[in-house]
Amino acid sequence: MATVTAPERAPAETGRPGRARRRPVGRWLGDHLILVIGILVLVYMFVPIAYIFALSFNQPSSRSATAEFESFTWNNWTSICEPDGLCESLRLSLAVGITSTVIATVLGALMAFALVRHSFRGRSSSNLLIFLPMATPEVVMGSSLLAMFVSVGADSALGFTSLVIAHVLFCLSFVVVTVKARLSGMDYRLEQAAMDLYATEWQTFRLVTLPLAMPGIVAAALLSFSLSFDDFIVSNFTAGQSVTFPIFIYGSKLKDFPAQLFVVGSLMFIVSVTVVVGGQLWTRRRAER
Amino acid sequence: MSQAPTATVDGETTRRRGWGWLLLIPGLLYLAVFFVFPTIQLFFTSLYDPSGSFELGYQMTWHFGNYVDAVRDNWNLFLRSFAYAGTATVICLTLGYPLAYAIAFKAGRWKHVMLVLVIAPFFTSFLLRTLSWRTILADNGPVTGFLQTINVLPEDGRLLATPVAVIAGLTYNFMPFMTLPIFASLDKVDYRLVEASGDLYASPLTGFRKVTWPLSLPGVVAGTLLTFIPACGDYVNAELLGTPKQYMVGNRIQQAFLTEHNYPLAASLSLILMVVVVAMVVIYVRRAGTEDLL
Repeated sequence: MATVTAPERAPAETGRPGRARRRPVGRWLGDHLILVIGILVLVYMFVPIAYIFALSFNQPSSRSATAEFESFTWNNWTSICEPDGLCESLRLSLAVGITSTVIATVLGALMAFALVRHSFRGRSSSNLLIFLPMATPEVVMGSSLLAMFVSVGADSALGFTSLVIAHVLFCLSFVVVTVKARLSGMDYRLEQAAMDLYATEWQTFRLVTLPLAMPGIVAAALLSFSLSFDDFIVSNFTAGQSVTFPIFIYGSKLKDFPAQLFVVGSLMFIVSVTVVVGGQLWTRRRAER
Repeated sequence: MSQAPTATVDGETTRRRGWGWLLLIPGLLYLAVFFVFPTIQLFFTSLYDPSGSFELGYQMTWHFGNYVDAVRDNWNLFLRSFAYAGTATVICLTLGYPLAYAIAFKAGRWKHVMLVLVIAPFFTSFLLRTLSWRTILADNGPVTGFLQTINVLPEDGRLLATPVAVIAGLTYNFMPFMTLPIFASLDKVDYRLVEASGDLYASPLTGFRKVTWPLSLPGVVAGTLLTFIPACGDYVNAELLGTPKQYMVGNRIQQAFLTEHNYPLAASLSLILMVVVVAMVVIYVRRAGTEDLL
């Protein structure tokens, strides 16, 4: 077979050198066109952010702030808590976000360790079970949780606890995947070296494995927090009467839309970019030392 | 599930295996109680007698007809959801791939900055971003005006409340889910392989087709899944950027559950959506030959 296929390929190959002469043009296109497209896509992604920042300084003429830009003011930034319930909703979102991040990160990291480091029967079915929540549309997850809470008679007690239960559920799979990716890229021999140097299993874990896995765990925790903090669909099903920040925004869109929401949006952007950039600089400085 | 007890028995003989299971158990228990159990519960809910009501309670009558009714009355919503989500996924891929490629190979020392810039817009609230788009695409907004001036849109043409706006919203909101996995794959590509293809007289296009693209395939598969799945079930974009004419199946589920309290209908719609999505995912992953992703 090889002798038959080889001649077939040969003519195609001889056609190439002619094209090679046009390569500088292709190179230029490859070098610059793609970068230009990439930057344009980035600009597109920032359009609503610019809009949110601009409107956070807007002094709306009516009480609803989705209108055009009227006049410049700092007032929105100094009166964030003024709209009824805004800061309560932020507080609830923070509490739910932190609680579910802690639970999801611990449970998920343990699962990732088990899946990467240990072989046992049922590993692939465990992997499938972890994957399934990610393949479940949020509206399905939310409705099934609500159906369960209703059927066990907990529908009057919906609120913080049911929100945390739901948020841990959709964060968990993302934590497992993120930590797994970090662990499977790790050099196993470093741990063996530690054991060879008479470290106990616990010392090896604490001094070698855990620090190496840390970037993955931190990334997973940040991801969980942002997923939880920004979640609307699942929360809308499981929140009962309590109001998280996204639910507050959703409720506002129907009636008055306070301009302070844009301030919170801008603040979320500033804080998280600071955390990410600061974290990167910190790890880089630590790596240099 | 049945392996759990055997593994603890194993744990006494071979420590490493038992230990592994112990780490997995809390998480698996969590998934069993709050994911598997509610899904089974949802299945039973979908079979309740549809003549019941929220106030009077529902009777369990194994009413499989609920599924027939759900499909008969809502098949257009399902088709629309998959069409919108599919279109948005394709657009995300055509925009996200060049972006990921530019970050991985062309950004040089700006790589980390560009990467942060990709994620940064998504730190602001999803709803605020979508509401911003609603104003930007509004009838008196800048985009509609511009498109009318260059005669792409007729004088009275509009963007908001059309499928275009809903698909644009879906595309925008799920963009990083496409870009980041593709970037992760491209970043691992050894650029010397691409250069080698050039040295062997492959045109840049052939080099891309034969070397870069196949190597980035796991990222493309992961990215399309992470975009398509949430886009299928999304109802916020359709609600904020569209009208009931653009509603997707998620809108119907939410309405049936939270407004009408028609639990059997909502449950059967949810389960159909879940089964179809999982089936599509499995077929897609098989065909793309990247099973190890699961």
